Amino acid sequence: MRLSRTFLHIAAACGLLAAGVAMAQQSTISTLRPTAPTDDRSPPPMRPAIDTDLREVRNYPEQPPVIPHDIEGYEVSANYNKCLSCHARAATGQSQAPMVSVTHYIDRHQQVLAQVSPRRYFCTQCHVSQTDDEPLVTNTFIDIDTLIGMSQDSE
Amino acid sequence: MFGSGQWTVWEGYAASKLYKAGFRSNNIDPNARHCMASAVAGFIRTFGIDEPMGCYDDFEHADAFVLWGSNMAEMHPILWTRLTDRRLSAPETQVVVLSTYHHRCYDLADIEMTFTPQSDLAILNAIARHIIKTGRVNRDFVDKHVNFKRGNTDIGYGLRPEHPLEQQAANAGAAGGASDMTLDEFEAFLDPYTFEYAEELSGVPARRIEALAEIYADPDKKVMSLWTMGVNQHTRGVWVNNMIYNIHLLTGKIAEPGNSPFSLTGQPSACGTAREVGTFAHRLPADLVVANPEHRKVAEDIWKLPEGTVPGWVGAHAVLQNRKLKDGEINAYWIQVNNNLQAAPNLLEETYPGYRNPDNFIVVSDAYPTVTAQAADLVLPTAMWVEKEGAYGNAERRTQFWHQLVNAPGEAKSDLWQLMEFSKRFTTDEVWPAEILDAAPDYRGKTLFEVLFANGNVDAYDIAETEAHPNHESEAFGFYVQKGLFEEYARFGRDHGHDLADFDTYHQVRGLRWPVVNGQETKWRYREGYDPYVTPGAGVEFYGKPDGRANIFALPYEPPAESPDEEFPFWLVTGRVLEHWHSGSMTDRVPELHKAYPNAMVYMHPEDAAELGLHRGSEVRLTSRRGDMLTRVETRGRNKVPRGLIFVPWFDANQLINKLTLDATDPISKQTDFKKCACKVEAAT
Repeated sequence: MRLSRTFLHIAAACGLLAAGVAMAQQSTISTLRPTAPTDDRSPPPMRPAIDTDLREVRNYPEQPPVIPHDIEGYEVSANYNKCLSCHARAATGQSQAPMVSVTHYIDRHQQVLAQVSPRRYFCTQCHVSQTDDEPLVTNTFIDIDTLIGMSQDSE
Repeated sequence: MFGSGQWTVWEGYAASKLYKAGFRSNNIDPNARHCMASAVAGFIRTFGIDEPMGCYDDFEHADAFVLWGSNMAEMHPILWTRLTDRRLSAPETQVVVLSTYHHRCYDLADIEMTFTPQSDLAILNAIARHIIKTGRVNRDFVDKHVNFKRGNTDIGYGLRPEHPLEQQAANAGAAGGASDMTLDEFEAFLDPYTFEYAEELSGVPARRIEALAEIYADPDKKVMSLWTMGVNQHTRGVWVNNMIYNIHLLTGKIAEPGNSPFSLTGQPSACGTAREVGTFAHRLPADLVVANPEHRKVAEDIWKLPEGTVPGWVGAHAVLQNRKLKDGEINAYWIQVNNNLQAAPNLLEETYPGYRNPDNFIVVSDAYPTVTAQAADLVLPTAMWVEKEGAYGNAERRTQFWHQLVNAPGEAKSDLWQLMEFSKRFTTDEVWPAEILDAAPDYRGKTLFEVLFANGNVDAYDIAETEAHPNHESEAFGFYVQKGLFEEYARFGRDHGHDLADFDTYHQVRGLRWPVVNGQETKWRYREGYDPYVTPGAGVEFYGKPDGRANIFALPYEPPAESPDEEFPFWLVTGRVLEHWHSGSMTDRVPELHKAYPNAMVYMHPEDAAELGLHRGSEVRLTSRRGDMLTRVETRGRNKVPRGLIFVPWFDANQLINKLTLDATDPISKQTDFKKCACKVEAAT
């Protein structure tokens, strides 16, 4: 008990003691959950995947591109890979889909392969489709071009 | 205090030292308790020393991979690509997936085994029985390197002591106990566990269990067993760990390339910080424990502290901390690097009443306003990851360092800075009893900062050494904080099987796997030729145990704490999804990840849904004996659950599934079983 009293004393002395501080300020904080843990709201509806086939701009060059179409029901198993039926090098002439990145034709030892490396086989390890759900909080990420532009402006 | 495997090595070390030696309280535990405490207890019980004997190089050597309750494809995606690489480029290899529902790993499975929750115990015993009955025990290995033990049974479920299930359990107070037995007695013990009996309990066809048993029994097949939460979050999780080792020990398939029982770890430094540093309520660094007076003496000597500073009582583990907060027995509570209100079981009955108990003062250090932070009395803005100099230790015993790369925004400071700065506010006279200060009067009137961090060890390195890569903690305290803490910490393990390299080396290399002896890392422990600690000529030596022998344990099938019944007819399994890391406090703020997996949902069998008049997208209320939650039904997608079982991920701050879960733990490891409780599903109106 002695410790907890000292603990409280110090916190109060630092001007920090404000029970329920966060609760009182819920409207101003960037929280994922705007309600108390005991209040439940109706969950948002399940929205379908965005299915425009229009490429999304990547935030940075190494970002795995998001999938701009619905992949529900696609088989990607040891036996068959539905994604490669359009995105494999040889299939892109007919499909006009982007070819799987050349980085995916390189094995663990940096050896270049004729086909997609087995370690890149399961596409959904890195690539995901998107829904129309609004982000829960604002995101202040800016890409490198914007950042360079800002630093040039300030000079 | 409650921390986690996201603490850097020196943050966990400083926290543990401040609490155990400074405040003289062992009430400090990491969220690794929710994650791999059963793996730890399994290692200690079988081998006497924590962490895997093998390493990730095993992936390229193994002929078969057996997943015992791990959805690696989603939870260990990088390792899964490595396993996939091996499986698809070496056609003779096999993948066996065991789980209570069908998930993405099944896409690569040669043998699928969807079993009834808890029946993994029976399947493991059936495999051990088969190995013995068909004469495939590696007798030479077993005679030289193994002891047989009969574990205590009827050990309870780690609930509050007044719970009827604890009152009824014969060995709730001696859960980890065991007595000696022989191989013949072990064989007799296993006799009931035929493939047919295992099928009866598990629902897995006997011939499939036999096919798996043959993979382990075949002396020419190298097997890597992999597991995470399905095994560890289990009221018999320590047993399952022990029983996986049983199979590897019976066949001698252990501690060599490709033969590797491998406990996977989910947090960046659960091994490095929670386990090796010993931030658990019962531990000290390098596998030392607070209950052992000699171990406490070692710590006090290294820390240059008076005898008796470190208390010998075992502190409250994660679930017990929440109970004690609710009961008002712990009143001041500091939470760093985790979101435990969302993560801990039985939110409505234990965690939330504990955090909001008006007698308590709850402090949360975090980079984001998590639901835990929102329930706190005080929130401390906290630097993360590359905003500080750090070190992590991963599942293959690899210790890795990084420099601070950017400054933290605003007034945010690292957890380490917060801990060390806080220690300046207390003097020994305030927090140590008179008898310690009477015996060691030189310590009177000193701040905890002076006795813990300005002790000649931690402040031994000049700040000039950080010139090329400055960090905000060293600038604040005037010495190379991280180096001093690490070098003091490393003294615990050097020459004791836990050797770490010197601090500067880790900034030059891409990590090293301990023990690091004479500059060389160790890939496979206990095996001569790989591990310098093995006595020359011994071949194999499990030197964590005094006689160099590992234990095989006779352990039975016992039922779970709660099973479905008429009122609550579904098994509730909780877990994670690929897109979100743990509670989503970071990942759910990334627009692409939120839009990839925006809300939690309940995965149901389509026929179960149809019987309840539900369809994909229906809003439903899930209810257990402890609480309820609104969500929507998913009958398709990545997880295909069997009838009578539902799966709900826990990342979503707006769908707190831990309102429903039961705070039953493994009685040995005190780790919660988040995979088995009973619930019902109703249309929400």
